[in-house]
Amino acid sequence: MSTQLSLGRVVRAIVAKDLRIELRSRVVINQIFPFAGLVMVMFAFALDNDDVLTRVAGGLVWLATLFSLIIITQRSFAVDTADGALEAQRVAGIDPAGIFVGKALAVMVQLVTLEIMLFVAAVVLYRVQLHAAGAVLLVTCVLSATAGLSFVGTLYGGLTAGSRGRETLLPLLMLPVVAPVLIGATRATESAFNSGGAAVSDGWPWVGVLVVFAAAFGLGGILSFGSLIEE
Amino acid sequence: MNEQTFNARVATPTTRLVGAMALVSMAWVVIGGLFVTPKDVNQGDAVRIMYVHVPTAWVAYLAFIVTALASACWLISRKHSMGFDRVAGASAEVGVVFMAMTLLSGSLWGRITWGSYWAWDPRLTTTAFLLVTYIGYLAVRGLGGSLEQRARRSAVIALLAVLEIPLVHFSVLMWRSLHQKASVLSGDGDIKMDGSMLTTLLVGVIGFTLTFSWLVLHRQRVLAMQDAMQMTQLDAALRERANESANKSTIESNRLK
Amino acid sequence: MSSVIDFCDAVVVFNGFPALAEASIEVQRGEIVLLQGPNGAGKTTLLRACAGLLPIVRGEASVLGVDLSVDRQSVRSRVGLLGHANGLFADLTISENVMFWAQMVGAKVAEVASILQRFGIDGKLAQQKVMQLSAGQKRRCALACLVVRRAELWLLDEPHAGLDATARDEIDAIIREACTAGATVLIASHELERARGLATRSVSVIAGRVVS
Repeated sequence: MSTQLSLGRVVRAIVAKDLRIELRSRVVINQIFPFAGLVMVMFAFALDNDDVLTRVAGGLVWLATLFSLIIITQRSFAVDTADGALEAQRVAGIDPAGIFVGKALAVMVQLVTLEIMLFVAAVVLYRVQLHAAGAVLLVTCVLSATAGLSFVGTLYGGLTAGSRGRETLLPLLMLPVVAPVLIGATRATESAFNSGGAAVSDGWPWVGVLVVFAAAFGLGGILSFGSLIEE
Repeated sequence: MNEQTFNARVATPTTRLVGAMALVSMAWVVIGGLFVTPKDVNQGDAVRIMYVHVPTAWVAYLAFIVTALASACWLISRKHSMGFDRVAGASAEVGVVFMAMTLLSGSLWGRITWGSYWAWDPRLTTTAFLLVTYIGYLAVRGLGGSLEQRARRSAVIALLAVLEIPLVHFSVLMWRSLHQKASVLSGDGDIKMDGSMLTTLLVGVIGFTLTFSWLVLHRQRVLAMQDAMQMTQLDAALRERANESANKSTIESNRLK
Repeated sequence: MSSVIDFCDAVVVFNGFPALAEASIEVQRGEIVLLQGPNGAGKTTLLRACAGLLPIVRGEASVLGVDLSVDRQSVRSRVGLLGHANGLFADLTISENVMFWAQMVGAKVAEVASILQRFGIDGKLAQQKVMQLSAGQKRRCALACLVVRRAELWLLDEPHAGLDATARDEIDAIIREACTAGATVLIASHELERARGLATRSVSVIAGRVVS
């Protein structure tokens, strides 16, 4: 007889599985990180103005993150749909909420790593200056924004995974939903960087928005992921 | 399973009444809006776009609420009655048209009064997001699968949209307040509304709402007929397969002898 | 004695096409039932429907006492399905794949080791990544993952495909053992001779119907 596993253990098993697969295959590290770095360079080509770049660096980092999120999410589910593993997990009666949280956390780890790299790129390419005063704000912003992005990506990624003609639906569904994160994270990041005179204290209300967003979609995802991956 | 027969004429007395009332109120708005009501002191004739823009904006959000409520009802109801799902779908389809009309009228109005086709006004921006979100909702409805699965997926997506739209609106509001521009495109604050303008506007809201209801009633009826047709086709397909099975069974048993 | 599977004129539809067209089948506990029939007849659909994966549009269908038209989800943890796909993670080793499923059901590490041994997967092979394996080896791995779950109802779609004679004998032995322990097995197979030796009963699936 199979015993029903607690949610925590399901989540841990799935996070471990997803991260182990990434460490083995290195698809995100070898393909998506360079892609994101390239996007940062492309922005410089397109905008062609050092002062403008420094001023909007926060927004560019989060834009590059959003584009990468689409690919990371699709990769996260490709691993499961390639050989019917997601269906096998469904058939085995594994709690979809556990699959959702587990996959979202794994995506979050990869995304935070990516963002660290992007912030370094911003310092190097766009000549952003990091101050100790903005550090706490920046870290909180990154964590809360990434949580929200990971939840939304995993939720809609699950819906659009697998069948032909579905994967292309992911950006259309996901990008409108993450607009509040883009707005909030960019404003908070600009405050942390003191871009255009924004004060660090201005950034905290935006972090509040990001936290509410992450909580809303974390809960929403736990409740609805099962329905969305069902056949 | 479904033994409803449909009249060849789609109109029922209720729908006819709604349609007639819609026609009358729309006629009133057209005449009132274009001819009877006065020009605005500041905007001149441009203010007449208000009689289209405000009601369509109201209907766009009404459609959104109807879809969300119908989706919630579907999820909650034990029988998962498909009527709720059809209303949700019909409301979204018609709503998308009204959302587009809101954006178009708002954009034109802005061009005339503010000189630009677009401004990052929170209401306009949120409506644009509503439009894109509902285009996505309709795409999800088109993903195929069983009727029940289509209903469940769309219901969830609709309720997630209820979560998303206020968050979008709130963030854009906070964002634009940073720039402190008085960019309320509808210009309500600038317009001195006299009695006839207010009445015409109210009739406009009623008229557009009736038109919306009439369209949704018809659309959901078409969807019901499509679903019933699927059932009839299923009956035919089952009969065909039964024949196929009988033929193949005799072939198989002959082969095994 | 309630049946493990009880379908009465069940209909499953894909895009308007009735893959299961008024299929009726009853399976008692401990039986090993062979599903035979031409390709496209609906054997795979029937197995997937029993796993609670597909919506039942008409008719009645109950598995392990649960009415599938009411609740398809709860029966799944008690059912094991081996479909056409293997359900494996290509970048992980055999041992990691089986351990993942073992974790999901709370099975012990020692159990995993003994199961791998029975399938002839020795220490070295178990450390190989799934993407490096042959089709037959992947199939054995998939079966090991299924066995670990210790389901009450086994639904096997072409379990012998791609396996050599030794592996096939081992599968058969495991299936018989599971039945003695109380499991029920439904097998779809083109390997009629071998499967008939294994099965207690066989039925034909033709054009979406079950014909005894």
